Formats: sequence, structure tokens, C-alpha cells
Amino acid sequence: MGKEKKLKQQEVPLHGIHHKRRKSLVVRTFCFIFAASFAIIFLFPTVVTIANSFMSQSEISSNYGMVFSTTDSGAKAYISKKVNIKLIPDMVSFSQYFTVLFKSPSYLLKFWNSVILVVPITVFQIIIACLASYGFARTEGKLKGIVFFGYIILMLMPYQVTLVPNYLVADWFHILNTNWAIWLPGIFSPFSVYLLTKYMKRIPRALFEAAQIDGAGEWQMFTKIAMPICKGAIYSCAILVFIDYWNMVEQPLILFTDTEKYPLSVFLSKINEGEIGLAFAVATIYMVPGLLIFLYSEEYLVEGITYQGGIKG
Amino acid sequence: MSLKKKSREPKLPKEKKRTPARTKRRSKLGKHTMAPFLAPSIIGVTLFFLLPFLVVIFYSFVDNPVTREWVWFDNFVKLVKNNSFKRAVKNTAVFTGIAVPLAVVLSLLLAIILDQKIPGKSQFRTFFLSPMMVPIASVVLIWQVLFHYNGAVNDFLSTFGIAPVDWLKSDYAMVAIVPLYLWKNLGYNMILFMAALGNIPRDIIEVAELESANSWQIFWHIKIRYLSPTILFVTIMSIISSFKVFREVYLLTGDHPVTSLYMLQHYMNNMFKSLDYQKLSAAAILMSLVMIVLIGALFLIENHFGKDVEE
Repeated sequence: MGKEKKLKQQEVPLHGIHHKRRKSLVVRTFCFIFAASFAIIFLFPTVVTIANSFMSQSEISSNYGMVFSTTDSGAKAYISKKVNIKLIPDMVSFSQYFTVLFKSPSYLLKFWNSVILVVPITVFQIIIACLASYGFARTEGKLKGIVFFGYIILMLMPYQVTLVPNYLVADWFHILNTNWAIWLPGIFSPFSVYLLTKYMKRIPRALFEAAQIDGAGEWQMFTKIAMPICKGAIYSCAILVFIDYWNMVEQPLILFTDTEKYPLSVFLSKINEGEIGLAFAVATIYMVPGLLIFLYSEEYLVEGITYQGGIKG
Repeated sequence: MSLKKKSREPKLPKEKKRTPARTKRRSKLGKHTMAPFLAPSIIGVTLFFLLPFLVVIFYSFVDNPVTREWVWFDNFVKLVKNNSFKRAVKNTAVFTGIAVPLAVVLSLLLAIILDQKIPGKSQFRTFFLSPMMVPIASVVLIWQVLFHYNGAVNDFLSTFGIAPVDWLKSDYAMVAIVPLYLWKNLGYNMILFMAALGNIPRDIIEVAELESANSWQIFWHIKIRYLSPTILFVTIMSIISSFKVFREVYLLTGDHPVTSLYMLQHYMNNMFKSLDYQKLSAAAILMSLVMIVLIGALFLIENHFGKDVEE
């Protein structure tokens, strides 16, 4: 190979190389500009939402009054004809947050609904998936292959398919309109089983064999070998499960009849009309958990996604 | 992968203490010791997905859950002839047809751009991935501001003399929904493509460069081939997430969107409200069949296309 390279270098005239370099600089500049403009588009909605949450009600209604026209008629005098998207508030105000946190408990209640729905699902789905994925990773055979394939198919099914059986079960057990109706199918959702099995299969068999010779049972091997090795993968998986359910809309709409039980992800769309200023603050509060997780563990998220795609496998 | 599989076969040390009679049943025995690990999940999946799904199949063939008279495919015929179902299928298919190719191509483009030597690569990755962590409900307000009749998009278009459109209530409502879908999903796809690009063996590209292949040839003949399993996976995941677009539509327009945004899940919701078990079951089964066919087809295509890279 080295020989070939030398030959090649001799063939290419000097100005050709210069030309190539200049071209690559142009390409790189173009790529950078493209990436930067995409980055602006991608950040825009999040940043504007956060910025708007620090505006006072009157500033919000003067900026967006035309869009959310149900605001009280008194404010209409200040409304400009066109919307006015601003990144920097005229005056930074925490009044929206103050109202959300201390004056109108309904938003915090809905936030709590979200927490109480999502956290148990994440925790228990991961626990059950850890056990099951250890089982799947350590068994061989046709039957296991079929069962695991079934899990993959189930994982790929959209809500239009899975919600019908979920509704039926909830109806049989009389748990419609209770949190159990969302908890139980969520806890047994096959997504984490799939992801963690993929990871656990990569643990060298020799490790388990050595432990077996030393007299370790399956449970000991599970807790002392598999779990510590999979720590990172479990965390990645938990992040993916959490954000998926934090964003849920379909399940509560169908399984809950009582709108008081709705998580904030559904409820947010219902408060848009009246209290638009508050909505921005609530929206910001709602994205905080996701963004915090993201800031502190982007690497785990990326790893989780790549394992899901089976690229490192 | 293949190496690991081979190393699994000889598991001699385990059998040392066992009697010969038991060794024959080794594989079964192994399964039994794993039963406690697998049981919670398998019982749960059976109880909450498998059994009720069998009942759903049953319901789709009977006239109603109480009298249970077998009517063969009547429910399916009724469903397929139903106008709102047709509209929902059409709209969902149109959305998937527009959004999925865009999602695959654009995310591949972003991944390739971040594969170049440009400054601030990791920051860009963070920016592109961040929408994944933001709940749709939180940015819906911004979308309303953008696509309202008096909104920013119309404002911008009016400078070119284009008449304003009430995007979310018009036939062009997809124009507002597709960007929201892309905004949310591109980062995820991009990460997958970036990982796959990083896994392409460098020496093959180097050899191609020595053979004076230009970058377009390298991309088309080498990279795309190596990416094909990932392209398949991203396509499947994008199709699945495109079926979830009801979420975006619901949060933007509520229970009763314009007809151009009436999605399958809207139809399902209406059927849930009227508790029309026959239509629900028939729709769920049709949908699952479509999914299985779709996934199977993509696997076949991938098998055909990507065969020559995987030894």
C-alpha cells in the first residue's frame, strides 16, 4: 500500500493538490454554513419558548395577540397587526413562573400527574427488562428465537395496534381511568428488553463460565457480573424510556376519561387559548427535566440510540 | 458477530458434575434456570399484549362482543368501505410518504456534514439532537405562532407577495406538520447515521481514493452500501414515528382537525369513543398486517441490496 501511495503522489502534479485543498476548504465552509443554519432552525423553537416564558403577560399579548385572539379585549389596544417573535424580553419578568408555581396549582398538579405516570413506568420497565434480557441473552434455542422475534414485532407496532388490546385489558380489570391502565402496559413494553438483550449478548461468555466454575449461581452472576457491566446501557435505556413517556399523548386520551388525570403533555395544548403567557412558562417547566438529562448525559443518550440501531453490535 | 457465536458452542466446564443422562437435556435445563428471569416479562407481555390481541382478532371476526356471531370478513369490508377510515388512511399514507423520505435523506445529509472536518462538530450534534428531549407539547405554541393566519410564516411570505394562508386549517396543513415531525426526529436518525459512517472501514475508502475515485463515487459505491442496514433501520423507525404524528396534529389542532389532517389515530379515537369494537379490532389487525408486510418488504430489499457488504 505504501508503494502505491508513493506512485500516486508522483503522478499528481503539484497544482492539482493545491486545487484539491482549496476545493475541500470551500466544501468545508459550505458545510459549516449549512450546519449552522440548520442549528439555528433546530434551536429556534426551544429558545423562543424559553425566552417568552420570561415575558410579562402584556408583552406576550402584544406580541402574539393576533394569534391567540381570545385574550381579554382590554389588551387588544396594544396588539400589533403582525406577530412579533422576540428573543429578548423588553423586561425580564418572573411573574409567569410566580403564577404557575404559587397561584394556580392546576399546572403543578398536571406536572405531578406526568411524574407519577412516567417515573414508575421507567423504573419498573427497566427492572423487568434487566431480568428478561439476562434470560434472553443466556438462553439459546429455537423457542427463544421465536419469542424474542415476537418482542421485536411488538416493539415495532404503532399505537393504533397496541392501544386496542391495552384498552381491552384495562376494561377487563376495571382499571380504565386509573393510572394502572397506563402503568401496566408501559411496564411490560418490550422496548428495553430488546435494547438490553442486545447489550448483554456482548458480554463475553467466558466471564459467566469462570463465575460458574467458582460456584456462582445465576442470580449471583446476574447481580455481580451482568448488572455492573450493563450500568451504562441501563442508564441509556432509562433515558430513552423516560423521554418517550414524558411526551405521551395517545394513551391518556384513550385510557383516561377524567381530564383531571391528564399529564401535562396533553393538558398543555388545552391552556393555550386563555393564558398564553402562562403557557410559555409551563411549557418551559415541562421541558426542563428532559433538557437537564440531556445536558448531563448526552453521551448515554447517543449510546442508547446507537445500540437500538444495532450499529455497535 | 460470527466469532462470538462460534465461541458459544463448546461449553464443557459447565457439564463436569452432571450425569450423562442429564447432559442430553442440557438445553432444556438451561431454559428452566432462566425461567425466573424471563417469567415476569413474558407473563406481562402475554397478559397485556398477546392474549388481548388474540381477543382482538376474535372480535374482528364477530358481529359484536356480546352476541359473538361469526361474520368472517364483514367487519373488514365495512371498515375498508368507511369514508372516514379511507380519509384517515389516505392522510396518514400521504404524511408518511412525504415525511419519511425527507427524514431519511435530511438526517443522512446532516450526518455526512458532521462527518466532515468542520469546527464545532460536537456542538452541532448537541443542537441537532436537542429537539428529541423537548416534549412536543412545549413547542406547539411556537408552531401556532409561526403558522397562524397572522403568523410569522405568512408575514414572511407576504414580502414576496404571496397571499396569506391559514396553514393549520387549510389543505396545506401538512406543510406545518412535516417540519415539526422533522424537527423532532432528525436528530435521532442522524445519530444512527453518524455511528454507521464511523463504522465504515477506513482502508476501503483509502484504496478507493488511491484508485482516484472522486468523493461522489466513494459516497455512492462504498458508503451507501455500508450504510444500507442503517438506512433500513432508520426507515423503519421513521415510518413508525410517522404513525405517531397524531400527537403533533392533536396538540396543534385539537380533537377536530381539518379533513386534510384527519389521521388514523383520530379515527381510532373516535371509534374508542363510540366503543365500536368491530371497527377498532379490524383496524388494529389491518394496521398490524400492513406493518408486518412493510417491515418484511424492507428486510427483503435490504437483503437484496446490502448482500455484498456483509460477508
